[in-house]
Amino acid sequence: METLQPGQGAPGDAETSAERAPLYFPKVITGTHGPEEGAGLGTPWPDDVPPEQDDTWYPLRDDPWKARRMEYVIASLWAVTGGCGIGLMICYWTGGQTQVEGALLASAFGCLAAGLLLWAKFLLPGQGDIVGSRGEHRSSPEDRAAVVASLSRGTDAIMSRRGFLVKKVLVPVGGIFGVAALWPLASLGPRYGNFLYHTAWYRGARLVDEFGRPVRASDVEVDGIMTVFPEGHTDTDIPANAMSPAVLINVGGDRIQERKINEGFALRYGGSNLVCFSKICTHAGCAVSLFNVLSMQLVCPCHQSTFDILLDAKPVFGPAPRPLPQLPLGVTPDGYLYAVSDFVEPVGPGFWNRGGPA
Amino acid sequence: MSTVAERSAARKRALIAEKAFNELDDRLGSSKWLRSAMDKIFPDHWSFMVGEVAMYSFVILLLTGIYLALFYSPSSAIVVYHGPYKPLDGQSMTQAYESTINLSFSVRAGLVMRQAHHWAALIFLAAIVVHMCRVFFTGAFRKPREINWTIGVTLLLVAMLEGFSGYSLPDDLLSGSGLRVVFSIIQSIPFVGVWLAFTAWGGPFPGSSAFFSRLFVIHEFLFPLLIAGLLGAHLGVLWHQKHTDFPGPGKTERNIVGSRLWPQYAVKSASLFMFICAVVFGLGGFVQINPIWVYGPFSAARASAGTQPDWYVGWLDGALRLWPHWEFRSLGHEIANPFFPGILLPGIVFAIIYTWPAIDRRLFNDHEEHNLLDRPRDKPLRTAIGVAALFFFADLTLASATDLIGNGLNISFELLIEILQYGSFVAPIIAGFVTYHVCLLLQRTEAHPIQRPVGGVIVRDAQGAFHTLGYEHGHGGNGHGGNGHGAESGEEGPARHGELEVAGAPGDPDPPGR
Repeated sequence: METLQPGQGAPGDAETSAERAPLYFPKVITGTHGPEEGAGLGTPWPDDVPPEQDDTWYPLRDDPWKARRMEYVIASLWAVTGGCGIGLMICYWTGGQTQVEGALLASAFGCLAAGLLLWAKFLLPGQGDIVGSRGEHRSSPEDRAAVVASLSRGTDAIMSRRGFLVKKVLVPVGGIFGVAALWPLASLGPRYGNFLYHTAWYRGARLVDEFGRPVRASDVEVDGIMTVFPEGHTDTDIPANAMSPAVLINVGGDRIQERKINEGFALRYGGSNLVCFSKICTHAGCAVSLFNVLSMQLVCPCHQSTFDILLDAKPVFGPAPRPLPQLPLGVTPDGYLYAVSDFVEPVGPGFWNRGGPA
Repeated sequence: MSTVAERSAARKRALIAEKAFNELDDRLGSSKWLRSAMDKIFPDHWSFMVGEVAMYSFVILLLTGIYLALFYSPSSAIVVYHGPYKPLDGQSMTQAYESTINLSFSVRAGLVMRQAHHWAALIFLAAIVVHMCRVFFTGAFRKPREINWTIGVTLLLVAMLEGFSGYSLPDDLLSGSGLRVVFSIIQSIPFVGVWLAFTAWGGPFPGSSAFFSRLFVIHEFLFPLLIAGLLGAHLGVLWHQKHTDFPGPGKTERNIVGSRLWPQYAVKSASLFMFICAVVFGLGGFVQINPIWVYGPFSAARASAGTQPDWYVGWLDGALRLWPHWEFRSLGHEIANPFFPGILLPGIVFAIIYTWPAIDRRLFNDHEEHNLLDRPRDKPLRTAIGVAALFFFADLTLASATDLIGNGLNISFELLIEILQYGSFVAPIIAGFVTYHVCLLLQRTEAHPIQRPVGGVIVRDAQGAFHTLGYEHGHGGNGHGGNGHGAESGEEGPARHGELEVAGAPGDPDPPGR
């Protein structure tokens, strides 16, 4: 006995194909099966389906009793959908409740879906192994030649005199007009400016907490930490203030290894040293909000960049490439902290011209 | 079977339909097309359903999104909240955040719609990715379907941007951190980065008062329009080229076997749509997602632990965590750190995905047209590369949750990040290697990993040779094995079917006495 070759279904193979249909694939194969050899060749899209295929078949066609019973099952499922609809209206009318709405919507849609599926599977024709022709993806050689001819008819005329109108006029004019048309896009944002080089900190700005209360040097205990802002700039929803948040930390005794650029920025007050670093991560700009007291490290919750305060906020782990810039601190005679100047290096994530002049 | 009354009713319906179609045909000449459309055949395989899942989630997104847009206010004006959610009472916040809170607590059915919208977005992206995997591993992107692959990849890209823009609209602490990171990534692009970021945001972060209007118009107009257009093109090309199918009994490169569009496929597909609605709204009602009232309004001075984006952005967030502290500086300029994981990596990834059909043609020296699919095992190299890529993305996605996983497993995030850094190289290599060999093994044994256990009846024929019976596999045809190295240039179906007939490989189901 010849084995059926997939890909070579001859008309006579129909039965073989039905017999050999695997067990877990329980489709009843209907009508004459298998296309004639080469039936599809050159057949133009759309489908050309052999008329002898019996595609009015569906599983319960010959069993009116079961078909009727299935109709009732489907009807009851859809009745549940209707009931859920009424329930939803009542729920909505009485003020709404998320879980009830969810339950009713899910049941309504679910029953609708189940009913439709049973309907399609058992009571509607057109299913199973109906065979059609794919036709050809490509056009005939004549059509292919004709399209080139049509195109050439146009392009030959358009490109007359070596494309005078196109090359010498249309392209330059289109370019100029195109650029002009894009011009309004420039209104979208301001120019570079020096936004990224400066923050809202200024010489003499008092440090305040998030509620705008001035901070005294004695407000932060040893190992304590606090988020501070320049006075009058606590509203970080404003772009001018968004880069200013800083953290004030009391590291206790003299244990900081200062970077050269930051020499003298820490404030000695009593027996303690107060330091203030930018809170904006030098990696991707998140607020460096986590503080590990034991290791004296600041950790950014976004990507786990870790800055060692005792090493002058140098990054010791994670993707941050640079230390957090430090704010030079001063203290007024009555004990209030102020900034001696703005940060001396750009705050936050890097950019192309960061090393250049502001 | 049918009664006289039924038959006469059917005749009446046919007459009415005829009249209606004739009226239409007088004007549009539409009958030929409509007939072929209704008779159109779609192959049946569960894996062909996944693309539909994406399509229907998109429909749900449109419908729920319209409802949400009726209440959301894209404004960064500062307001003080006074509403039913007491923990936020008296706090100042942007109107964008306030309107989302009100939408959740004060608008009837608002929360279920918002959560359903978010769940549908996650399912939309998941379905796109799974659909893409199906197309990749079965070689459905091969000639003549490369155009649809390109459209599909573009759909994935736009869908990711669409998802992220929607996730960012509420202006809560979580999404605000996400925007901050994206701003930094754009800012890191050489030459034009700062200008691009300032242009998009209307100034330095967190942007001008127009920013949320811009994000909103992108999210509810520009991208959905783009997705709808691309989806239309995707379906149009699919319709014209006809669906691919697995090889099997009676299936050739030239025929198509399956169900008719009308009524079978249409009703089944409608059922799928309703089923997805049930799942999405069930999740929307019962499973909390993105509780922005817990996160609080965004502030540049705050960030919270457990900052995870939606899952489809996870691989990029993970890449940002795994990329070391490198950046390049010289002559007063620098290419900042986020550029490499945030721009370069996705750039390379999408470039590879876009050009994959061309790479694949080269790799297998296969320039033929294909309507029948590959089984993944029959192209071990492609399958191995695909699985390796999936492991790479899985590694990066895990990395986006280092803090949560570290807490859960009680190990330090430093160790975890280091493991995942090595993992991003090692895992794909191991996975690819293993996959390659599993493919070869599956080819030899003809076992189906899902459908049924390995086994069969061994029969001795008259010549004394042993044969195995009982291997009948779904889309594997009659169980003809294959070593997939055979050239795929056969006219009718994959060449392996013919080859093994001769080779008599194990799994050959031919009856004895052949």
